[in-house]
Order: sequence, then structure tokens, then C-alpha cells
Amino acid sequence: MQWLLLILLIVVVGFVISAYNRLIALKGETLNAWKQIDVQLKRRHDLIPNLVNAVKGAMDFEKDTLEAVIQARNQAVKIQAGASPTGGIQALAGAEAALGAALSRLNVVVERYPDLKATGNIGQLQEELTSTENRVAFARQLYNDTATSYNVKQQQFPWNFVAGLAKAETVELYEIEEPREREVPVVDLSMKPKA
Amino acid sequence: MSATNLFEQQRQNRRRSAVLVTVFVLFFAWIGFGGDLILYLQSRGGEPGQYRHTFPFIGIAATLLAAGMTGFAWKSGAKQVLSATGAWELISAATDEERQYVNVVEEMAIASGLPKPRVWIVPDDDPNAFATGSEPKTAHVAVTRGLLTTLNRDELQAVVAHEMAHIRNLDVRLMTLLAALVGVIAIISDVTMRGMRFGGGRGRSGGGKKGGGGGALVVVLIVLWLVAVILAPIISRMLALAVSRKREYLADATAAQFTRNPAALASALGKIEHAAGATKSIRHGTAHLCIADPLGRRVTNKQGFVADLLATHPPMAVRIARLKRMAYQYEQTGEIVEPAL
Repeated sequence: MQWLLLILLIVVVGFVISAYNRLIALKGETLNAWKQIDVQLKRRHDLIPNLVNAVKGAMDFEKDTLEAVIQARNQAVKIQAGASPTGGIQALAGAEAALGAALSRLNVVVERYPDLKATGNIGQLQEELTSTENRVAFARQLYNDTATSYNVKQQQFPWNFVAGLAKAETVELYEIEEPREREVPVVDLSMKPKA
Repeated sequence: MSATNLFEQQRQNRRRSAVLVTVFVLFFAWIGFGGDLILYLQSRGGEPGQYRHTFPFIGIAATLLAAGMTGFAWKSGAKQVLSATGAWELISAATDEERQYVNVVEEMAIASGLPKPRVWIVPDDDPNAFATGSEPKTAHVAVTRGLLTTLNRDELQAVVAHEMAHIRNLDVRLMTLLAALVGVIAIISDVTMRGMRFGGGRGRSGGGKKGGGGGALVVVLIVLWLVAVILAPIISRMLALAVSRKREYLADATAAQFTRNPAALASALGKIEHAAGATKSIRHGTAHLCIADPLGRRVTNKQGFVADLLATHPPMAVRIARLKRMAYQYEQTGEIVEPAL
């Protein structure tokens, strides 16, 4: 009987230790993935003034589009400062989505100026912008995957008993709240290459 | 959540290649320590004072040799591979193409959650790519000049994702280990065959002294061991190739997980397939780390039992079909699921 209790005790303690370590590791991975999003968003925000300066001269009469981009960017920078996995991610995702929409409107406008695309470093800037958008998307993908497994793990039986000990909290996912992004896409059968 | 599903699939795939590796290691142990066991059983019945084989020299020597070769290859393998292909490191991108390539590598490093690998270009017009380096921290990704000119941005991203998948799945380490084991098995087999030719008589007179059940067991073991040793070079190579093909499928699926765009990898593979000729600057030894078999497409295209057994890569058509299935499923359900083999 005593043996049995001892074995049971060892099993329980072993589980608590391993579950605690697992949750801490997942928490670390989640924070790390969040840092990556932070870095990439900063890169995005830093790139925008360059882009605006490069196209400003050639499109004086498209002031509104440029203004919208700059405003969306400043708004996003402000919100980014206060965002962390335990709060503020939803707001940040919204601000970044608005910035993305403003940028794609600007892109449409730039496409209308073939001269602008040919001259200067707009081509280079566009590659940088494409890459930055991809980086944000991939960082977000990694964060959401990691955060999901963290959230699931800390709620699952029997890990939920250790969650308090490891100070595990449910983290927010980086998801777009804007209803426009969730709309059913319009089917385009014209076979035109996508912009 | 979509992610858990794919992770489960990958776990299965990893389990399958773990089984193969275990079979390989057991085979290796039988060749080495099996030889010791037979010598021990044979020398057990000898008179006192005669040599008795109680310490497993053969097995330990073979294991040490394999460990040494693997360690050496892990340390210096990456440099050797890169210098053999004539690759040069891309440190500051000069052209648009190079800038795009560096960007794509950085994007994939983010998607995979790995540190950014060092980036190389191989001066070869045939489109191909490979990854090397035994640890994710010190990994290298190299693509040929031809790949940069042939593929568009999404396809290049898919190929780089496949290479990053090899790095994350620690395939470089695994395949170097298997190559070293194959090498040591070949040496043992060679030495034994020579030994049998010269000293066959002694073994028989020694065996004659024993009798009864033990003798029969020894004879059976000797036959089993000799058959294994004779077939060893072929069997070990086939096992290594089977592992290699499993890892290719796994890398394709992992790449799809990174990019969430299996269709781009399918079309990249199609383009690489259609480019004529072999990648001359990439040698045979690196074949298992490339996106496509660098020895030319004829071997990989031939389907059928023998061709399948001798290829480092699964047939292109099958890989493309699997990726297309994944792309279709992703469109339908938003989930990336690796098709069963």
C-alpha cells in the first residue's frame, strides 16, 4: 500500500513538473512569435514614409490617398505601442488592416502612372512592400499557430490544474475584425492576372 | 484549428521515418554486434587458454567508426558541399532578382520560426536548390542562378520553403548519419568477404569441435549473419533511400504549411521538371538535399518498382499530384492536410 502511494506521488509530481515546463515553454514561444510580429510591423511602419516620399512629387493631385496612408500609419504606430498578447491585439489587427487597405488603394493609384513605376526606385520599394506584407502575414501565421496551441494546452485536462502555477493566461489571436475582410469574395471569371 | 491537423499528419510522417531509421540502426547493430555474438559462441567451447571472444570489438569499432564519420561530416560537411558546388555567398544583394531572393528567405525564416540561414547562389543554369548545415542555427540555403531566372516570386518562395523545411526537420543531420552508417556497413561487408576468401578453412575446423544444439544455433546465426553481410551494402543503401524519399514528402508538406500555398510549389516543381538537363555543379552526395534530383530527370521520371527503390526523390508526378490535392483541399476547407501515402 505504501509502495503504491509512493509510486502515485512520484507520477503526480513528475507530471506537474513536465506540464509546468511545457506550459512555460509554450508561453515563451508565444511571446517570441509576438515579438516577431512587432518587429515586422515596425518594419512596415518605417517603410511607409519612404514610399510616400518617393511617389509624392509625381502625384500631387492624389493627396487624399497619400493622406489616408499616412494617417492610418500613425494610428497603427500609436496602437502598436500598447499592444501585447494579453490585450490590445484585436485593436492592433484592426488598425493594421486599415493601413493595409489604404496601402492597396495607393498601389492601385501607382499602377495608373506607368512613368512613375519606370523611374526611380518605385519598383524596388514595391518589392520591399510585398516582402514586408508577406513577413507580417507569416509572423501572424506563426503567432496564431503558437498561441492557439498555448491556449488549447492550458485549458485541457489535466494541464489546466497546472495553468495557474505557471501563470498561464489565454492570449489573444491576431485576427482581422473588419467585416469587409470576412466577406465572401466576388468570383472573377475574366481570367485577368490579379493585381 | 487547421494547424493541429497538419501537425498530427507530420507527427505520423515522422513516426514512419523513425521506424525506418530504427530498422536501419538494428540492421547496423546486427552486422556489428552480431559478428561478435557469433565469435563468442564459437570460441566458448574452446579449451582453456585458447582465445575467447568475450569483448565485442567488432560492434564497438563499427559504432565508433560511424560516430567519428558522422561527427566529422556534421562539422565540416556544409563547407565541403558548398565549395564543391562552387556556390558564392550572397551578402549584399545587387540586382532585383537577388533582393527578391534574400527577401523570400527572410520571409520563410519568419514563417518557420527559425533563424535566418546564410544565403548562397550556385552559378548553374539548371534550376535547383539545396539546404545544408547540421543545425538550424548554422544552416545554409543555396539556389542555382537558373532557379532565380525560371521561377516567379511565389514559386521561389515555395522552393525556399521546402529547403527551410529540410532544415527544420533536421534532415541534413539525419541523412549525414545514414550516409556514415552506409559507409561503415560497406567497409564491414568488404572486410568480411575478403576474410572469408583467405581464412575460410580455420573457421570450419573451429566449428567442428562443437556439437549438439549450440552448434546448430551457431550455424544458423552464421548463415543469417553472412547473408546479411553479403546483402548489407544493397540493403543499407535502399533503407537510406527510403528514408530520403519520406523526408522529401515531409518537406513538401511542411513547405505548404509555411507558405499556405501548395499550388505554388506544385507549379515550381513542374517548371524545374521541364527544364532540360542535369545540375552538373551539384554532385551525387548532395542529391538528397536538393529540391529535385540533380542527376537528371530520367531516373526520377521512370516509375515502377526498381526505379522507385533507387531514387533519392519520389517521382515528380506523384509529388505534384499530392501538392495539387493539398491545394484543392486548402481551397475547400482552409486546412492543409498531407495526403496519406
